[in-house]
Amino acid sequence: MSSVMNSVANGTMTNTDLLQIDNLGKRFGGFVALENIALSVAAGERLGLIGPNGSGKSTLVNCICGTLKNEQGAVRFDGRKLDGLEAHQRTRLGLARSFQLPRPFVSLSLADNIRIPLLYTVAARGTIHSAREVEDRCHHLLGEVGLEAKAQRLPRDLTQVEMRKLELARAMAAQPKLLIADEAMAGLTHSEIEEILTLLSRLNDQGVTIILIEHIMRAVMSFSRRLVVLVSGKKIADGAPDAVMRDPEVERAYLG
Amino acid sequence: MIFSFDLLINAIVSGILIGGFYAAVTSGVSLAFGILDIVNIAHPAFIILGSYVAYIVNMTFGIDPILTAIVATPLFYVLGAGIYQVYYVSFEKRGQESLRGLAFFFGLLFITEVSLVLYFGVDYRYVAAPYIGPTWHFGDVDLPLRIMVPCAVSLLLIAALQLILTRSFIGRAIMAVAQDQLALRLMAIDPIRIKRIAFGISIATASLAGAFLIIIQPVEPSVGREYIGRVFAICVLGGMGSLPGTVIAAMLVGIVESLTSTFYGPSWAPAVSFGFLLLTLAVRPAGLLGR
Amino acid sequence: MRTPTFLLICLAIAAAVFAGSIAIGNDYVFFAGYVILQYVVLSTAWNILGGYCGYVNFGTAAFFALGAYSTVAIYKLIGDNELPHVIPIPVLMLVGGAVSAVVGLGMGYLTLRLRGAFFSIATLALAVVLETLVVNWDYVGGSRGAYVIRPEELPLIGSYIRYLFLMMMLLAVAAISIARLIEHSRLGYGFATIRDDELAAEASGVPTLRLKLIATTLSGALMGMAGAPFPYYIGYLQPDSTFGLDYAVNSIAMPLIGGTTTWIGPLIGTLLLGSLQQVATVTISSAVNLLIVGFLLVFFVIVAPNGIVGLVYSYWQRKPEEFVGRRHVDADAPGPVP
Repeated sequence: MSSVMNSVANGTMTNTDLLQIDNLGKRFGGFVALENIALSVAAGERLGLIGPNGSGKSTLVNCICGTLKNEQGAVRFDGRKLDGLEAHQRTRLGLARSFQLPRPFVSLSLADNIRIPLLYTVAARGTIHSAREVEDRCHHLLGEVGLEAKAQRLPRDLTQVEMRKLELARAMAAQPKLLIADEAMAGLTHSEIEEILTLLSRLNDQGVTIILIEHIMRAVMSFSRRLVVLVSGKKIADGAPDAVMRDPEVERAYLG
Repeated sequence: MIFSFDLLINAIVSGILIGGFYAAVTSGVSLAFGILDIVNIAHPAFIILGSYVAYIVNMTFGIDPILTAIVATPLFYVLGAGIYQVYYVSFEKRGQESLRGLAFFFGLLFITEVSLVLYFGVDYRYVAAPYIGPTWHFGDVDLPLRIMVPCAVSLLLIAALQLILTRSFIGRAIMAVAQDQLALRLMAIDPIRIKRIAFGISIATASLAGAFLIIIQPVEPSVGREYIGRVFAICVLGGMGSLPGTVIAAMLVGIVESLTSTFYGPSWAPAVSFGFLLLTLAVRPAGLLGR
Repeated sequence: MRTPTFLLICLAIAAAVFAGSIAIGNDYVFFAGYVILQYVVLSTAWNILGGYCGYVNFGTAAFFALGAYSTVAIYKLIGDNELPHVIPIPVLMLVGGAVSAVVGLGMGYLTLRLRGAFFSIATLALAVVLETLVVNWDYVGGSRGAYVIRPEELPLIGSYIRYLFLMMMLLAVAAISIARLIEHSRLGYGFATIRDDELAAEASGVPTLRLKLIATTLSGALMGMAGAPFPYYIGYLQPDSTFGLDYAVNSIAMPLIGGTTTWIGPLIGTLLLGSLQQVATVTISSAVNLLIVGFLLVFFVIVAPNGIVGLVYSYWQRKPEEFVGRRHVDADAPGPVP
C-alpha cells in the first residue's frame, strides 16, 4: 500500500461518511476485476477516481450502483447496507450515476428523459406532490444545463456535449446525495470540459457529493480535492491530488 | 410400470444416437445465436427446407439424401449470407434487432412453412436409402442404421466445424467477432463480412440437418416447429456457442427425451426440452457447461 | 382527452357498430366481426409487452388456448347436460384471464431477468408444451378435441353469436382503453424506458423487473380473456387449431404493421389485416392468406419500421414544430454514439 494512503480514507466509518466500501472484490470467471477495495467518501467531498483502461473503475461503479453484484465485501451508503439491493433501489436511496457512453432514452423527448427519474425516484420518495411540480423541476433542470430550448426534441438531435449534459441532468434529476460521473467529458473540447466542470462544481456547492471518474488529468486535477488511483483492480493510492501524483507507484503505473 | 433393463439400455442408446442428430440440428443455432448473437428462430424452417431439397432430389434422381445435402450446402450458404445482409442493413445497423429483427425471422419461418404447405401439402414425405431399413443388433441393444448414419455424419460435421472455428483464420475471426470487433477492425478485417460468412455457414448446416431429419423420420412442413424449443434449449444448455458443449447437451436432451418417451409415452417427449430450457434459464443462464 | 371521455366515445362507436351489424341482418357479419374483434384484443395485448416494453412474445396461441381450455374445463365440470349458458361469458373471461395471467407471471419471473431473446424463445416453447399437456389431458378432450354446445337464442339480444360478438366488443373496448391509459401514465413512461435502455432505466429508479412482470401478466390476462369465449364460438375445440401459428403471427404482424408505440397502431393493423383475411379466406385459400400476412410482416419491419402510424407521423412532421416530442416518434438509431 502506498505511503500517501491517508488514514481517513482507509479508516473506520465516521459520522460524516456517506459511502463506505469494505474489502470489495469482483471476479469475472478467472479474471479478478477488483480486489480488496476499501474506500470511504465523506458527505460533500469531490473525489477523483483515476486509473488506466481496464483497471476496474467502471466495474467499481457498477458494483456500487448495483448493476453488477460483488461476490465479496460490502458497500454502505448513508448508513445503510446496499448488498442485495437492486440498482433502482439504490438510486432511490440517493445514489445517482451517469454512464460512460451516454445512454439516453432514445424514443423519449429530452423533457421526458428528465421526467423519468422525477416520476420514479423523487416521486417515490414522496417529496414531489403534483404534476405541476414535476413540470417545473423538469424545466428548471433542462435550464440548468442549457437544454431548455430543445425540451421537446429527441436525443438523436443532440450534439455530443449536449448528450453529456442530458446524461448529467437526468442523474441530477434523481436529486442524489452522491453523484458518480463516469467519464462525463471524454471526447469534448476544452471549453466544453469547462462547462461540464462548472456544472459539477455548482452541484457540489449545493451539497452533492461527487465522484469523478476521468481520463483527462487536467479536469481531474482542477476539480478533485482528493484522488484515488486504481490499477489492475487494486487501489494503489488515495490522498491529496498533488501528493498522489508524486507517488512513485502511481508514476510507475502510468508511465509503464 | 415394470422396470426393464433392456428397455432402459435401449432408451439410453437411442437417446445418444438421436442426440448426435440433435447436435447437427443445433450447431447452426450455436453459431448464429451463441456466437453471433443473432436470434434466428427461423433456423428449423431452413432445416425443413433442407429436408425437402433432399426429398425432391431423392424422388427424382434417386440420389442419396446426405450426398444431396453436401452438394446443396453452397446454395444454403448463399441463402444465409443473403439473409444476413438484409438483417444487417435493416435491423442490426439501426439497432432494432431485439423487436423487429425477431419479428423478421418469425416472418421468414412463417413464409417458409406456409410456402412448403402450399407447394407440397401437409402429407408426410420420406426418402429412400440403403441404410434406412436395416438394424444392427448387439445383444439386446438395437442400433437402427437409419439413426446411426445421421448421427455419425453429424458428429463428423461438428468436428469439421470445430476445426474450422479453432484452426482456420476465418474461424478465429468468427470467434473474435463476438468478443472484440474493434480488434478485428484494427486488423483490417470487416466484422460484417465475418458475420455474413458465419451466418452463411450456420444456414449451410441446415442443409445437412434437414437431410438427417428426413432420413430419421417422415417430414411435413410444420415438423420444424417442434425443433424450435429443442434447439434453443440445447444451445443454452450447451453454454451458448460451444460446439463440444452442444454435443453433450444434445445427447443429454436426447437421452432424457428417449427415457420419457419409453416410460411415459411419446406424447410427453416435447415437454422435456422446454423443462430443460426453463430450468437452465432459471438456475444457470450461462448453461450447464458454461463458464 | 380524459379516459372517461375516451371510454364513452369507444362505447358509442361500439354501439353504432353493433346496431349497424344487426341492421345488415345477416349473422355472418357477426361471425366475421367476432374474429376481427378477437384479434383487436390479442394484438393490443401483445403490444403492451411487445410494443411498449420491447419484449417479443411468440406464445400468443398458448395464452389464448389457456383461456379457451379454462372454459372447456369449466364446461365439463358443470356437465354437458346442464344449461350451457348458465355461466355468463364475462365470468369465463375472468377465469381464463386469471389462468393466463398466472402462467404469464410465472414465465416472466423465470425468464425476464435475462436478455429479451430468452423470454421470446421460452414463449415459443411454451406453446409446444401446453399443447403437449392438453393433448395428454383427456378431461378437456385430449387430441380428439372437445365439443361445446352453444345455446341457440338469448332473450333481448337474439342469436348467441350476437351475444359473443357483443362481449368481445366490450373486451376490445376495455383492452384499448387500458392500453391508452398505460400509454399516458407513469407506467407507460416506465415501459418506454425498458424498451429503450434497461440499464439507464434502473439507474433512473425504474423497477424494471416489476414493470416487465406487470406487462407480462396484463398482456397474458387479456389474451386469456380473448380465448375464453372461443369454445362457444367454434363449437368444437381442437388442440391443433387452438395452438395454431396464425394467432402468433397475426398478433405480431398486426401491431408491427400498424405501429407499436401507440394504442392506435395495433387497432389500425388489426382492422386492415383482419378485414383483408376475412375477405381472403372467402375468396382465396386460408393458407395463401397466411402467406400474405407473413410477407406483409417482413415487408413492414424492413421498409416501414414504425408501421402505418409512423408513416403518417413522418408525413405530418414535414410541418416543423407541429409534431414533436412524446414518444410517438420512434427513433431509428440508439442515438449518436461517440
